[in-house]
Amino acid sequence: MTVLQVTIEVYEAIRAHGEETYPHECCGALLGRPAANGWIIESSVKAGNTRTDSAHNRYQIAPVELVKIEREARKKGLSIGGFYHSHPDHPAQWSPTDFAEAHWLGCSYVITAVTQGKATVTNAFLLAGKTEENKQFEPQTVEIIKTAEPLSARRESNNS
Amino acid sequence: MTIYIPTPLRPYAEGKDQLDVRADTVQGALDKLTLTFPDLRKHLFTEEGKLRAFVNVYLNDEDVRYLPAKEATTVTATDTLSIIPSIAGGH
Repeated sequence: MTVLQVTIEVYEAIRAHGEETYPHECCGALLGRPAANGWIIESSVKAGNTRTDSAHNRYQIAPVELVKIEREARKKGLSIGGFYHSHPDHPAQWSPTDFAEAHWLGCSYVITAVTQGKATVTNAFLLAGKTEENKQFEPQTVEIIKTAEPLSARRESNNS
Repeated sequence: MTIYIPTPLRPYAEGKDQLDVRADTVQGALDKLTLTFPDLRKHLFTEEGKLRAFVNVYLNDEDVRYLPAKEATTVTATDTLSIIPSIAGGH
């Protein structure tokens, strides 16, 4: 199983975002660096949900907003490593709609269940596969880290 | 001009996140991109040669699909082209 490492600040921010927008879905981008076994996410960016027609069970990020998010990420030396959204009063599992609309191969999709306004479970899924035709969601281990220092460096530090 | 390559397509572009090309139009720039990295073609275009529905191409901050001349829009050396797969979902 691959690992999604997120800083505690990011983890708390994306869960708080889900509570803020409840009973609507929140959404945003995760910025970080690729690691050997997943991504190290060190910042998150809130995005607007353009699905105002059905915001309680759908989300969409305007592409122009993504263009701007990616531009800012580049300035910081980061990449878009994934996206997050919430499932109000629904489990933190990917849905057929999530799968059909997922196109960022190699990136993480993080889902937080928000039950009666309170963030509960947060799960991550890697969009694996090499093409749109053989893509699949694979569950990831979510590892909460204090800083965005790579796992290998922290292990070395702990051993010294 | 500079073409920005999104995370999921970088494995098919030798890991690069951008490519500088000389081109007269958006289509010319995309052609240079796929000539440089042929493996990108199937990820960007259908078998009929049209941009896949979920692939957005932005000239600076403008969606190429909504520009009057679309892919035939002329470009300059300082323009940027961003390739952005769409993001959506819900339960």
